[in-house]
Amino acid sequence: MAKDLDGKTQGIGASSKRREDARFLMGRGKYTDDINVVGQTHCHFLRSDIAHGRIVTLDVEAARAAPGVVGVFTAADLEGVGGVPCGWQVTDRHGAPMKEPKHPILAEGKVRHVGDPVVAIIAETPEQARDAAELIALDIEELPAVIDMATAAQGPAVHDEAPDNLCFDWLFVAENAEAVDRAIAEAAHVTKLELVNNRVVANPMEPRAAIGEYDLSRDEYTLTTTSQNPHVIRLLMGAFVLSIPEHKLRVVAPDVGGGFGSKIYHYAEEAFVTWASARVGRPVKWTASRSEAFLSDAQGRDHVTTIELALDAENNFTAIRCHTLANLGAYLSTFAPCVPTWLHGTLLAGNYKTPLITTNVKAVFTNTVPVDAYRGAGRPEATYQLERVIDKAARERGVDPAALRRQNFIQPDQFPYQTPVAVQYDTGDYDATLTKALDLADAAGFAARRAESAARGKLRGFGIASYIEACGIAPSSLVGALGARAGLYEAATVRVNPTGSVSVFTGSHSHGQGHETTFAQVVAEMLGLDEGAVDIVHGDTARVPFGMGTYGSRSLAVGGSAIVKSVDKIVAKAKKIAAHLMEASEADIVFDNGQFTVAGTDRAVAWGDVCLAAYVPHKYPIESLEPGLEETSFYDPANFTYPAGAYVAEVEVDPETGVIQVLGFTAADDFGSVVNPMIVEGQVHGGLAQGLGQALMETATYNADGQLQAASYMDYAMPRAGDLPMFTVDHSCVTPCTHNPLGVKGCGEAGAIGSPPALVNAVIDALHGGGYPVAHIDMPLTPQAVWQAIQAVRPAAAAAE
Amino acid sequence: MSTVAMTVNGKTVSGDVEGRTLLVEFLREGLGLTGTHVGCDTSQCGACVVHVDGASVKACSVLALSCEGAEVRTIEGMANPDGSLGVIQAAFREHHGLQCGFCTPGMIMSAADLLAQNSDPTETEVRSWLEGNICRCTGYHNIVKSILAAAAEMRGASIAAE
Repeated sequence: MAKDLDGKTQGIGASSKRREDARFLMGRGKYTDDINVVGQTHCHFLRSDIAHGRIVTLDVEAARAAPGVVGVFTAADLEGVGGVPCGWQVTDRHGAPMKEPKHPILAEGKVRHVGDPVVAIIAETPEQARDAAELIALDIEELPAVIDMATAAQGPAVHDEAPDNLCFDWLFVAENAEAVDRAIAEAAHVTKLELVNNRVVANPMEPRAAIGEYDLSRDEYTLTTTSQNPHVIRLLMGAFVLSIPEHKLRVVAPDVGGGFGSKIYHYAEEAFVTWASARVGRPVKWTASRSEAFLSDAQGRDHVTTIELALDAENNFTAIRCHTLANLGAYLSTFAPCVPTWLHGTLLAGNYKTPLITTNVKAVFTNTVPVDAYRGAGRPEATYQLERVIDKAARERGVDPAALRRQNFIQPDQFPYQTPVAVQYDTGDYDATLTKALDLADAAGFAARRAESAARGKLRGFGIASYIEACGIAPSSLVGALGARAGLYEAATVRVNPTGSVSVFTGSHSHGQGHETTFAQVVAEMLGLDEGAVDIVHGDTARVPFGMGTYGSRSLAVGGSAIVKSVDKIVAKAKKIAAHLMEASEADIVFDNGQFTVAGTDRAVAWGDVCLAAYVPHKYPIESLEPGLEETSFYDPANFTYPAGAYVAEVEVDPETGVIQVLGFTAADDFGSVVNPMIVEGQVHGGLAQGLGQALMETATYNADGQLQAASYMDYAMPRAGDLPMFTVDHSCVTPCTHNPLGVKGCGEAGAIGSPPALVNAVIDALHGGGYPVAHIDMPLTPQAVWQAIQAVRPAAAAAE
Repeated sequence: MSTVAMTVNGKTVSGDVEGRTLLVEFLREGLGLTGTHVGCDTSQCGACVVHVDGASVKACSVLALSCEGAEVRTIEGMANPDGSLGVIQAAFREHHGLQCGFCTPGMIMSAADLLAQNSDPTETEVRSWLEGNICRCTGYHNIVKSILAAAAEMRGASIAAE
């Protein structure tokens, strides 16, 4: 239950109801596909239905002549158009840059995954575009598809530039490798686990869409698109693909129906409709079908990992060594290279004081849809392997898994804590969240509940996982050194209007997170205003000065900090104006709750009077101060933020069918300070559902021919209401972030990070408790997978009886 | 092209449609009622749920021509006559039953049909009823809470009216 701090009804700490809800609840949202532009045409992409092959015949003449067709385009028509760029360069362990083959807008002679766009058809109606696509003669000479990462080096090259299909071979921390090897060789005990972090499809409910418009009279382009970061799209598409300067290109991301990472990236389709709008002289609109989304939205995870955890005789962790194969798919998506490397290797310390860690990541090209960041991105993969191997170690050593974690936790007095994997945690209390989670989940009563389940022939299990993540992405100089080709600050303009209301222009983008409400709470609190007097504007490069967008749980920690910085500047200027109005010294002005006073006197001017004076500067220090009250700030974070917590899953397994019921799920998170508890809890709920979806049912598997075998909601198991329990979530354990003004850490991804290992640990616990000594089951834990695992150990179980 | 006429949110409307035109296309493109969404192409997601003659249906699975003479209600017709949020809509706002808002119209329309049939559903019944509506943002927790709260509110109102 969302509890308001101190009974506040607005401002920081209040569960303010969301202002954006009214339009969504009345059907008045404005998503990209809801927008129709006068004169618009409709685009359809003919995509490859073959995973790997050479284009032998491509004849589009009949399509060009079809009813309603305005234009038909292939790669041959795109001369001078660049490929889709990659925003992060990883350096190989041998010092070479990663292999970075071109990602063409339309296939150039070769197709590399099912769904690769080959031809774009533009027609008067979507139906006519689809009908015309049927008339295209496309013959593809099929090549063997590269699907399995383990054998990818022996397959044909997906790209000529990477003959062994290896994009990079990364070792981190290279200097520690020998010491890690030695520590593992000398350890009292080593627990080893091989596991798969299954590939999933992000599946925001709104499919991607884009509208390109070209204004010949001004030589200006506008792209309306389903993006989490319109300024980033403007930069990537304008500078690298279409050579359109920023001042001639506007990118608008209106209401966007969820993203979860998949709408961060620049996609070929949005570049094409922008380019084509000038060629056909009319606006061009494209909306993905769900089937297209499965074949073209960047997918998530897909790591195959071996992890070894070394313990000394007292069960202290002494070293961790990991080897991971990371699937990149057929092309490098915008941030793909940083996910298995810097967002993954740097989190392998987890919540623990393990002194020595190395990880080797081999990133592989395959004939599958590109893989990039999905809710959590790298951090769920790190957390999953750590929390699974720790649970296995606890079982092998015969110790309580909670006690083993507590013994190895970084202690509160050790902060700031320099991990052996580059990052420095500023603050935390991991024992507190674990204790909180165990209490809320009634760990003490579990034995009785297990007995009750056993009486019904069911196996009850209790699983825990701790997690830490690096959010608030990110200090620009640091990520620049690590290969980022962008700065990762955030920008905000705060405009105080003449009558005292406030318009905030933020580079963060809300696609479900409720920024319009939360950011207004922050500004209202700082200025002593009613929340209703603050408007939040986002999602339009023509209105917002600059921005890097929303991902990596960065909006409040980075975007919110930029807003705070601008408000601080506003208050500083307003104090000067107030001092002039009251003929007092600026140093004596106190601003509190919307009122400027002269300290120690009863002289006061109200907020509105100062704002009016700024715009009607009759009595104003005009020689020393410009009129107006508007400030822009760029905030570049000093460090990542480190949300952390502990999760508990309680499950019941039917040993006859392998069916898992999730009976309860508890999350105790330390997000630092919280602005809107209701929204924070909602973010956790959603993250939990995605993590549990990955753990229980979701998987994007390809057959040997490279066909995605779950490419619709008929086949891909999305979690439904009946699959999930009510969640218990808590954010009362607070260690505020030490380096941003609000003390916030970010809450968007935690649920998806901590929940898969907690769930799998609970199922393994259930099976062991029932006499089935199953060491591990790879996600998703479908009834079939669980049943097969039970069958595999049944003889042993029977023999033991 | 054929002409189809129906009542949508109390107003008589008509338009020319192809035989293959779906009800959801007619509502969105023909009438500009873009509150009804399309989230999939296999009638799984439920973002397009509307009421046809009082029953919830997936508007992506119904031909516009088959709705000749029907009474259709969409999310745009769910507010109170004075424009304020209806009970179910208000409950979703109060209990944070939506985030990105894309599945929300379908959820509201589906919930309205449930509560018309069952004024006092259990949590399990609500979850079971929502089998045909996918949400990727909320984990369903607050959607279920919203619907249970709306049911209680509507029961309270009907008791008060008696």
